[in-house]
Amino acid sequence: MNTDAVTRTAGAVPHDQEMITRYSFAERANHWFGALAYTYLLITGLAFWSPYLFWMAAVVGGGPTARFCHPWVGLFFSASLFWSFIQWRRDMVVEDNDRAWAKEIPNYIKNEDEKLPPVGRFNFGQKLYFWGMVYSVILLLISGIGLWYTEALPWSLRFLRYTAILVHASAAMITIGLFLIHVYMSTIMEEGSFGSMVHGTVTRAWAWTFHRNWYYEVTGRSRPQQ
Amino acid sequence: MSQASTEIVRISGHAGSVPGAGLNREFQVCKLVDTTTCIGCKACEVACLEWNGNTFSETTFDNSYQTMPETTWNYWNLIKFNEHEREDGSMMLLMRKDQCMHCEDPGCLAACPADAAIVQYANGIVDFQEANCIGCGYCITGCPFNIPKFSPTARKVFKCTLCSDRVAVGLEPACIKACPTGCLHFGTKSEMKELAETRAEQLRDVSGFADAGVYDPPGVGGTHVIYVLHDAKNPELYGGLPKDPHIPYSVRLWKAPLKWLGNLAIVGGLAGLAWHYMRYGPKKAEPIPPDDERRV
Repeated sequence: MNTDAVTRTAGAVPHDQEMITRYSFAERANHWFGALAYTYLLITGLAFWSPYLFWMAAVVGGGPTARFCHPWVGLFFSASLFWSFIQWRRDMVVEDNDRAWAKEIPNYIKNEDEKLPPVGRFNFGQKLYFWGMVYSVILLLISGIGLWYTEALPWSLRFLRYTAILVHASAAMITIGLFLIHVYMSTIMEEGSFGSMVHGTVTRAWAWTFHRNWYYEVTGRSRPQQ
Repeated sequence: MSQASTEIVRISGHAGSVPGAGLNREFQVCKLVDTTTCIGCKACEVACLEWNGNTFSETTFDNSYQTMPETTWNYWNLIKFNEHEREDGSMMLLMRKDQCMHCEDPGCLAACPADAAIVQYANGIVDFQEANCIGCGYCITGCPFNIPKFSPTARKVFKCTLCSDRVAVGLEPACIKACPTGCLHFGTKSEMKELAETRAEQLRDVSGFADAGVYDPPGVGGTHVIYVLHDAKNPELYGGLPKDPHIPYSVRLWKAPLKWLGNLAIVGGLAGLAWHYMRYGPKKAEPIPPDDERRV
């Protein structure tokens, strides 16, 4: 995490446009690598999921190619997520103020953010998303290896195949739910969020509004006494 | 692909209608394997290789007459041998020709995600269409008989076709043609069932096999390959023939309730997000942090 990062852009930029670095270049590059991999897995996975979506395999080169590449891309996605885990696991620990925040989630949904307790670099929703992805991908990876080399499993271990198909589909459904919410919130719902993953920076106002504890931490400003 | 498309009654991974569903007046075909008159000569194994043009592969010797442990992607017909010791201490050499059972309710077809990689004809034959196969191996998971086998070079799955190409032009399957003892029969399902029951009755009444019977498992809707067994109460003795085969419950759960639950959740989730955006709209950051010195 960057704590040294109040970037003053040269000269004429208005005061409120002082940008704070939120994601390093490596974090952003890894995020978009993972996003690309996930999108591929989503398209091909949905093609295998339902006959009504099988046409989606044609978009990425046809069924046999999709079947061949899906496990490999799955490995790339897992690697990307593992790197995120190494980078963010400390920032993602659920703490007491997250539990207090979680109780106020209806206010977050209603956009009444002023009623929410201040949060650090990531809020409880983001932490939930992160850990949901981490655990789902562990399940997807384990079951996926079983499905990758289905024919290598002997007949006596067929219960592994029976378990793997259910685990893989269920965990994939969980990630799809998380993915939809993630994309919605970070593109059209929370203004400034998408830009932060593209350019790496947010305005001071954005940081103060949505991640107040983190704002005071990175800017080194003292909190107003109340 | 030898049969007219209108004779197809079931298609794997298929969205939309099926050309032959409910239209066709076709005999249900059936292969009858009478294990009690099989001599284990393996003529059927050779005939299968010959007709289907499969290459000869190395055999595995493990102190039995059996050619290899199980069928492979290019060895679809295998006699399974079992030296069975009976209760009175006498020995019986049980021999069962193993191949695709051509289930009326095929698990491979239920599990397959690729459009028309597996079809079922009106005559009951379940046929793989390798051109449409994507090589995922889900059919391997769906089959209760351990029949579909993956070819690593072709990256496709293969199995016995019940010689659908021969049957389509009015010939019997190659294995039937080759059998020297007449333990293999081919005809309509009702004829074969009748013949099998007659033989089982004979075994019970004349030959002293009290438990002789016909293997036509109802768990998969019956099969288009049926067996006469000396001991129908213990089909496992015959090279691991399952007692009550059915499509695995996890495949059923996956292909119906889980699928609809998942689809509903995805559509519901999208609707929920759209509702949220219209009802509450985007979150906007405050214009300037209140502790900003310019405000003071």
